[in-house]
Amino acid sequence: MQNFIDAYSWLNIRYLLQGLWVTVEVSVASIILSYIIGTVLGVIRYAQIKYFSAIVGFVIDLIRNLPLLLIIFFTYFGLPNLGFKPAIIEAAILAMTVFESMMIAEIVRSGIIAVDSGQMEGALSNGLTYWQGLRIILLPQAMKNMIPALVSQFISLVKDTSLATIIVLPEMMYHAQIIYGQNSNYIIPMFIALAVLYFVVCYALSLLSRYFEHRLA
Amino acid sequence: MIHIFATQWQSLLYGLGQTLLCSIIALFFSLIIGSLFAIFEIMPNKLMRIIGRVYVEIFRNIPLLVITMFFFVVLPLYVTKINGFTAGTIGLTIYTSAFIAETVRSGIQSVDEGQMEGALSNGLSFWQSMRFIVLPQAFKIVIPPLGNQFINLVKNSSVLAFVAGFDLMYQGNMIANDTLQTMPTFFAVGILYLIITMPLSYYMRHLEKKLA
Repeated sequence: MQNFIDAYSWLNIRYLLQGLWVTVEVSVASIILSYIIGTVLGVIRYAQIKYFSAIVGFVIDLIRNLPLLLIIFFTYFGLPNLGFKPAIIEAAILAMTVFESMMIAEIVRSGIIAVDSGQMEGALSNGLTYWQGLRIILLPQAMKNMIPALVSQFISLVKDTSLATIIVLPEMMYHAQIIYGQNSNYIIPMFIALAVLYFVVCYALSLLSRYFEHRLA
Repeated sequence: MIHIFATQWQSLLYGLGQTLLCSIIALFFSLIIGSLFAIFEIMPNKLMRIIGRVYVEIFRNIPLLVITMFFFVVLPLYVTKINGFTAGTIGLTIYTSAFIAETVRSGIQSVDEGQMEGALSNGLSFWQSMRFIVLPQAFKIVIPPLGNQFINLVKNSSVLAFVAGFDLMYQGNMIANDTLQTMPTFFAVGILYLIITMPLSYYMRHLEKKLA
């Protein structure tokens, strides 16, 4: 018991929370960026522009099927070879954004497909252009149906930020490792704290998604 | 890149083998555990339902890395010495089983209720009707999502690199450190991952279309 009291000293908790803040920063930046890029890519893939959509689709499939860890390695250790050296946090956000955009692009595409095809026909016959119909009629309806899938993708994004420990991003997992590295009595308390903190963040997100689903339904 | 393949093919191939081995072991056990908790979640007994729900929610909302590191760091300290491969596979199994439980549960719930009622009224017990009537029908529905889980499993198995599990990612990192040819090595590793995941993901999409 004493271990727990010692381990949860304010100093350690504050250090963990500092890590959590970095986790949140990286997550929020990646969520916003990948949501925008993912939507654009998803629409491009859906729209079936000659050659262009096929190429974008292939790239999406390619990156989606790689492990995120490899992409993180790639951005941090690989890019300097090409003459671009990102800072740790930039590399983490870049890697997360690239990977998650592709996941979100797939969600957006299947969300648009699921909207009744009569909607587009109606939009076109009312004089809207194809892109107007897509933007004003199809996307808003698709967005509503996509909320559960999108949020669960965001949850896995938050969890995946822990992988950036490998490039020494000072996020929560890394800070916990430093704390229990100093004293092996702190190992179990630290893992419990990690589990609780991640759980709270992720579960709050999933409750939020349920709330939006009810309100929009 | 061809140079990396030519000189390092042994360790790359070994890593690929470890990645596949760990993914298949984890898939096997997480299927069993996941189906069990999926059944818990829809059992008439309220306590069982709560146990199933809590298990799924906990392990779905904690990063895989935390679970894996827990087994890698804590087990040797208090229970028994295990290597990185074992710790990684245990972590992967538990993490994936929560997702598989969700998939299987939605599969079971999409089987018509009349099937269960019919089985029960024909004198089968709950577990018998689950095993012989409901689960076989449910599994047919969940094959594509389960396939996608396997793809995720292959990708997620890269966390073994954190615990010295000698998987493909770990070998790639080692080769990159040894040869200092970072880009070609990571390209080679990426191609090897894609060889497993790409065909599977196209096949699953094909299956989804066929079943829809």
